[in-house]
Amino acid sequence: MSRLLTYLFGRLPIGWLQLTHSRGRFFAAVAGVAFANLLVFMQLGIMGALNSSTVAPYAILNADIILSSEDGNTLTDGGHIPRARMFQALGVAGVTDATPLFIGNLPFTLEDGSSVSLLSFGMDIAKPDFTAPVIAPALERLSLENTALLDKGTRGMPTAVIDALTDGERFSFETGGDTLTAIGTMDIGGGFLADGMMMMSDQTFLRVFPARSSGAPNHILLRTGEGIAIDTVVKRLETTLPRGNLRIQSMTSSAANDLAYMSTERPTGIIFGFGVFMGILVGLVIVYQVLSTDVADHLREYATFKAMGYGQSFFLGIIFEEAIILAVFGFIPGFIVSVGLYAALVSVTGLPVEMETGRAILVFLGTLAACSISGAIATRRLVHADPADLF
Amino acid sequence: MTDAPISTQNLDHFFGTGDARKQALFDINLEIKRGSLTVLMGPSGSGKTTLLTLIGCLREVRDGDVRVLGHDLNGASETVLVGLRRRLGFIFQAHNLHESLTATQNVLMGLQVHGNTDVIKARHAAHHILDLLGLADRRNYLPGNLSGGQKQRVAVARALVSNPEIILADEPTAALDKEAGHTVVQMLKSLGSTRGTTTVMVTHDPRILEMADRIISLEDGRVVSDTLQSANQPNRPQLKV
Repeated sequence: MSRLLTYLFGRLPIGWLQLTHSRGRFFAAVAGVAFANLLVFMQLGIMGALNSSTVAPYAILNADIILSSEDGNTLTDGGHIPRARMFQALGVAGVTDATPLFIGNLPFTLEDGSSVSLLSFGMDIAKPDFTAPVIAPALERLSLENTALLDKGTRGMPTAVIDALTDGERFSFETGGDTLTAIGTMDIGGGFLADGMMMMSDQTFLRVFPARSSGAPNHILLRTGEGIAIDTVVKRLETTLPRGNLRIQSMTSSAANDLAYMSTERPTGIIFGFGVFMGILVGLVIVYQVLSTDVADHLREYATFKAMGYGQSFFLGIIFEEAIILAVFGFIPGFIVSVGLYAALVSVTGLPVEMETGRAILVFLGTLAACSISGAIATRRLVHADPADLF
Repeated sequence: MTDAPISTQNLDHFFGTGDARKQALFDINLEIKRGSLTVLMGPSGSGKTTLLTLIGCLREVRDGDVRVLGHDLNGASETVLVGLRRRLGFIFQAHNLHESLTATQNVLMGLQVHGNTDVIKARHAAHHILDLLGLADRRNYLPGNLSGGQKQRVAVARALVSNPEIILADEPTAALDKEAGHTVVQMLKSLGSTRGTTTVMVTHDPRILEMADRIISLEDGRVVSDTLQSANQPNRPQLKV
């Protein structure tokens, strides 16, 4: 390693030699950085899961524009809007098709007594184009009364049930006095709002949610004609439709707004963001402590190098070399342990916690930056290395 | 203007400010000839170390003049001082070796400061000088595994490996046995006669006093005696006290 670094730097790797000379301190420093990485990864992982589960429902929909109640903050909350808006929207130039979307949370109890909540979507099965291509072919089967597609990733759902459904069998369960029969699966996964999702026809939806009315869906989905800018149609809708308690957004904007709301306005998003900040702070403090102690321990050696004619850039190079080594050596175990903990978290909670490449790169770059900042602060101690004191 | 590698004129030096201001050197006038071995003597607090650090560009010269290798140090920029220090070799009483570096690596630091990137040549030079100082079998030892004398010899090797034009040494033989001390001083003398390396040394070692070309004694910051030992003088130095 020492020879490799000598070749890379074109000089003796003083930082590396210094760090590895005190192995106990080196391992403690690496463990500290790894721990800080772990903290950040876990916070980002859970925050990522929150974001993923927030926009996951959009993955089963296929529309250009969504009309929603103005009091809703995300796809899954808020009030209802009049179905009449759908017909009005169809009269706007550029809108080619429309369908109502019903959303409700359906609880049911499994045989073992545990309770599962399913975010249920009711749609007009005569318009499969409004659902994702992987779901659309199965919609026709939902024309049978009280049938549904069940989410394979539903948290707490026995594996045997999912396996049976995948093999073409059916699974019936009681909910709210009705019997629902799952006749197929879709793959979305649980989130923070529910344990899983379920797709059914609007007719079935209205049966299992008897308090809901066909005249008051949660949203209205619109498709626009080819070659027409979605934003142009949104503007036309805004000028045409009555604006009382109605929000008109492109699907892309709606997903982005949901994400922004969950990550910046909801306490959960802020808490996880704060956790990331704390992780970075812990890393900064640990690396600063290690580097500044290291500088203090080697003041006489540094003073000797100063006397020999080494300039400030040489000393900064040593400290930044140490910072980068700590960042790299701390990141690797932090990353590996985080991947393991993500897997454990997925198996325990069913949350979509994934190690994304972009996140890993971001955390690595952040670790490098944090270690460099700590190194830069630690260099202040170098002023105490006075070569005149050596004689 | 003088061509002596080291000269001082009307040099005073003070420590502290205000009521705590204390004068450490008084009107020092010296010219030290190229290739000579000059010994600075004097009791503790006499100013010999202060003089050594001023010549070594380690302290700021404020009152009077110090010229080293043709550069006036009074008012010299940090860049000039750092550049000059690279042309000097320092041997400290405490070896000040880097504990994380082997003997060879410590010596390499004396070469690396000159931007010497030919690793193989530099390593060869480091090994050569360590061998000359009797450390052939200790090249890859860390300082923690060397005796006091061995550490001091590594420090000497580090100072000499880059062939400095001036060597400034503080009790370089204090930790060495008779034979090793003799080797070091012979090496310094040899560098003086063959390469013109000028050595200024603080020492009380009688073995060195015998071999010195010139002995300067200081007391209370003043030069009280300046003796030329003509038997050891290749060329008589210009003396100005």
